[in-house]
Amino acid sequence: MEFSIYDFSSFTAWIDSSLRASMSPGWATAVEWIIIGVAILLFYAVVGLFLVYAERKVCALMQNRLGPNRVGPGGIFQTIADLIKLLFVELVPIKNADKILFNLAPYIVIIASFMAIGAIPFAKGLHAIDLDIGIFYLMAISSMGVIGVLLAGWASNNKYSLIGAMRSGAQIVSYELSVGLALVTMVVLAGTMQLSEMIEAQRWGWFIFKGHVPAVTAFVIYIIAGTAETNRGPFDLAEAESELTAGFHTEYSGIKFAFFFLAEYMNMFIIASIAATIFLGGWMPFHIYGLDGLNKVMDFIPPFFWYIGKTFGVVFLMMWLKWTFPRLRIDQLLNLEWKYLLPLNIFNLLLMAFLVLKGWHW
Amino acid sequence: MEEAVKSVVPENEEYVINMGPQHPSTHGVLRLVVSLKGEIVQNVQPHIGYIHRGIEKMCESITYPQIIHLTDRMDYLSAHINNEAVCLTVEKALGIEVSDRVKYIRTILSELTRIQSHQLFWATFGMDLGALTCFFYGLRDREKILDIFEETCGGRMIVSYNAPGGLMNDIHPNFQKRTKEFIKYFRKTIHEYDKLLTGNVIFQERTKGIGRVTREDAIGWGMTGPVGRASGFSCDVRKHNPYSAYDRVTFNEILYDEGDTFHRYKVRMDEMLESMNIIEQLIDNIPEGPWTEKMKPVIKLPEGEYFQSVETARGELGVFIVSDGNKNPFRVKFRSPNFVNLAPLNIMSKGSKIADLVAISGSLDLIIPDIDR
Amino acid sequence: MEKKQLAAIAASHAPGAVVTEGLQFVEISVEPDQLLKIAGALKYNRETLLDLLVSVTGMDWGQELGTIYHFRSTTFNHMIVLKTRVSDRENPEIDSLCSLYNAAEFHEREVYDLLGIKFRGHPDLRRLFLDSTWGFPLRKDYKDDINIVAK
Repeated sequence: MEFSIYDFSSFTAWIDSSLRASMSPGWATAVEWIIIGVAILLFYAVVGLFLVYAERKVCALMQNRLGPNRVGPGGIFQTIADLIKLLFVELVPIKNADKILFNLAPYIVIIASFMAIGAIPFAKGLHAIDLDIGIFYLMAISSMGVIGVLLAGWASNNKYSLIGAMRSGAQIVSYELSVGLALVTMVVLAGTMQLSEMIEAQRWGWFIFKGHVPAVTAFVIYIIAGTAETNRGPFDLAEAESELTAGFHTEYSGIKFAFFFLAEYMNMFIIASIAATIFLGGWMPFHIYGLDGLNKVMDFIPPFFWYIGKTFGVVFLMMWLKWTFPRLRIDQLLNLEWKYLLPLNIFNLLLMAFLVLKGWHW
Repeated sequence: MEEAVKSVVPENEEYVINMGPQHPSTHGVLRLVVSLKGEIVQNVQPHIGYIHRGIEKMCESITYPQIIHLTDRMDYLSAHINNEAVCLTVEKALGIEVSDRVKYIRTILSELTRIQSHQLFWATFGMDLGALTCFFYGLRDREKILDIFEETCGGRMIVSYNAPGGLMNDIHPNFQKRTKEFIKYFRKTIHEYDKLLTGNVIFQERTKGIGRVTREDAIGWGMTGPVGRASGFSCDVRKHNPYSAYDRVTFNEILYDEGDTFHRYKVRMDEMLESMNIIEQLIDNIPEGPWTEKMKPVIKLPEGEYFQSVETARGELGVFIVSDGNKNPFRVKFRSPNFVNLAPLNIMSKGSKIADLVAISGSLDLIIPDIDR
Repeated sequence: MEKKQLAAIAASHAPGAVVTEGLQFVEISVEPDQLLKIAGALKYNRETLLDLLVSVTGMDWGQELGTIYHFRSTTFNHMIVLKTRVSDRENPEIDSLCSLYNAAEFHEREVYDLLGIKFRGHPDLRRLFLDSTWGFPLRKDYKDDINIVAK
C-alpha cells in the first residue's frame, strides 16, 4: 500500500480493491462512479471559484491597481461572497418564455463542460476515463455547449437575447473548425488520439518542441480559436455588447446566471488544459534526452503540479489577451476565421503531415 | 417615447433601439434612438436636454465675475479654457490689457487642461472599444495634472481660477517645478499609449475608414477642433486669431486628410505632444508682474456686442455678450463646439454597423453638459 | 482685409441693408425677407466667401425678436455679422439658412426651442432641449413661478 504522489494508480487500485472486497462488483462500480462524480464536482467548484478570483487579481495587476483584498486574507473569499450574493438574487420569471427550455439551458452548458473534464488526465493515474478516441470525444463534447447558448437566447422571449445568441452561436461554431483542425494536426504528429498515449509520447520532448514550426503555428491558432470559442477576450462582442444587446444571458438572474458565468470560466480552463496536455506535455515533466541530472530535478516535482502549472500558465496567457486588446467587430471576427485561420490551418496540417512522413520531427 | 420612435420612422424591416440616457458608452446623458436594419444603422436621432440647466438664461441675472463659475460646468474637461473665454470677452469690452504674467500663466494652464482632456479621451475611447486597461492608464496619468491644478487653483476639475482682469490669486511656488516634472514623466509614458492602442491591429481595423468626413462637409456642418482638423479643415483659433500668449510660441497645427475615426484619434495624440512643447517654451520664462489688474468692484460693460472665440480641447468655443450698460449682461450666448459636432452624427454613421456607431461617437469626444448648457 | 473695405464690399452685395462697422466686425442689419438672399450672396461671392456659420444667436430685444448670425470665411479669416428682427411676437417667422449651411439645422432648432422663432424651410423643426409643454424660456417676459426666483 505504497502511496506516492508521483503515481496515483496505486491509490486508485487500493480504493478499487477495498470496495470490491466489501461489496458486489455492481455496487462497487456504482460507488466508484459516485466518488468520481463528487470529486469532479468539487474540483469544478474549487477551480471555478479560484479562476474568478484569479481573473480579478490578474486584471488588477495589469491595470495598476490591487483587486479584491478585503474579504479574507488577500481577498480569497471574494468569490464565495459573490456566490452567496447571487444565491439571494430574485429569480425574475419571464412571461411567455418557454419554461422548460429556459430552465434547461444553463444545465446543458454546465453538463457539457463537466463531461469534458472527465476525460482530461490530471496526473499519472488520475484520469477518469481514458478513451482511445480521447481527442475526438473532447471535441464532440465541447460542441454541445452551443446548444445551451442557443436555447438560452431563444427561450428568453427577448429579441435582443436572440440576436446575441445567434451571434454567439455563429462565432462558436465557426471557431470550432479551427480548434478541431489544430488538434488534428497534433494527432498527426502523435499518431494516436488516446490522451495518455499522447502524454507518454511526450516524455522526451513536448510536442510543441518536437513538431517545431507546424506545432507552434497550431498552438497559436489553437489559443486564438479557443479564446474565440469560449466567447472570451478580444472576441466577446456578443456579451460585452451590453452597449446594445446584452447577450444571450440577459434574462437570467441568480443561480442560473452563476451557472453561465461559471461555465464560461471552466470552458476557458478546459481549453487551457487541452492545450497543456497536447502541446505542452500534460503532466509530463520537462525532460531532455541524455541530461540525467536535469531529468532527475524535473522528476522531483510531482506530475500533478506540472499539470497545474502548465494549465494556469495558459490561463494567464488568455487573461492577458483579454485585458490588453480592444474588441473585434462581429464581421471582422468571422472574417478572421474563415479567410485567415482556416486556410492557414489546412496548410499547416499538410505541412505537419509532410513532416511526419519525412521524419523531420525530433 | 412614441415621439422619439416616430422621429426615426422605421420601415417594415427596421427596428428601433434606444441607447438611453444612462449608458456606458455615450459619455454623459445622451439618448440616441437608432433605427437598424439587421446590423446596419439607418437613422440616428440624438435626444438631448437631460442636463439643460439654462445657463444662458441664468447669466442674464448675475454679474460678470459670477458667469465664470457657470462656465466651468459646461465643458468640464476644458474648465480653465471656458473661464478664459469669458474673461477675454469682458477684458476686450472694457479695453483692459492684462499683464504678461497673466497671459503666460493662462496659456500654460490652458495647455495643461488640453492634455488632461485628451488623456481622458484616450482612456474612454479605449474602454469603449473594449481595451479596458486603457482607462486605468489614462486616468493614472491624468491624476498628476489634477494634483497640479488642485495646488494652484484650488480645484481639480472645476477650477474657476480666471477672473476678469487677471487671476484669482498668484500661482503656487511649486507650480513650475511640478509642471516640469510632469512633462518629463509624460514624455516617457506617452509612448506606452502608442504601443497599447495606436499600433494595435485590432484597434486600427475598428477605426480606419470608419465615419469619414470630407473637408467640405466639415466646414458645412461647422465642425471645429480635432474633428475638423482630422478632415483637413484648418481651424485652430490659436493660430488664426491668437489670444493670450499664443502669438509668442511656436507650435504646429496638426492636420490630416482622411477624416476617419483613426485620424480623429491621432490628432488628439499629436496635440498632446504639441501642448507639451508649448508648455516647455513658457514654463521657465514666466515674467514678473501683477497677477491681476485693478478692476472696479462692480463691472459694467459699455453698451454693445462682443464676441471672442478660444480653442478648447474639443473645438472653437465662442462667447457672445450683448450688454446694455448694466451690471448684468443683456444676453450671453455660448457657441459650444460639442453642440455643433453632434449634429452630423446621423450623416456620419448612416450605413455603418452598430459597433461602429460606438466608435464614431467616441471619437467625436462629446461632453453632453456642453451641448445642453 | 480692412473693416472699411469689407464694409464696402458687403454693402455692394447687400442692397437695402444697413451696413455698419461695429467694434470688432462689420455688422449688417437686414429685413427678414431679404435674409436668405443676402446670406446666399455673401456666401458665394468671391470677395467675402463666408463658408462657415459660427453661431446663430436668438435675441429678445424687448419689443422685437431677432437673430444674430456670425459668419466666418475660412480663406480670408474675416467675420461678418448679420442681424435681423421680427416684430411679431405671437408668430415670429424667419427664413431658414439650412439650404446654405448644414450647421444651421441644430442652431435654429435651439433658437426655436428657447425663443419660439419659427424658421421657414427648416427640414425638421422640433424642440431640442425642452418638451412641448414648456414656454419659451429665453424671452424676457417668460414667467415661471416655480423655477425662477424673481428678485
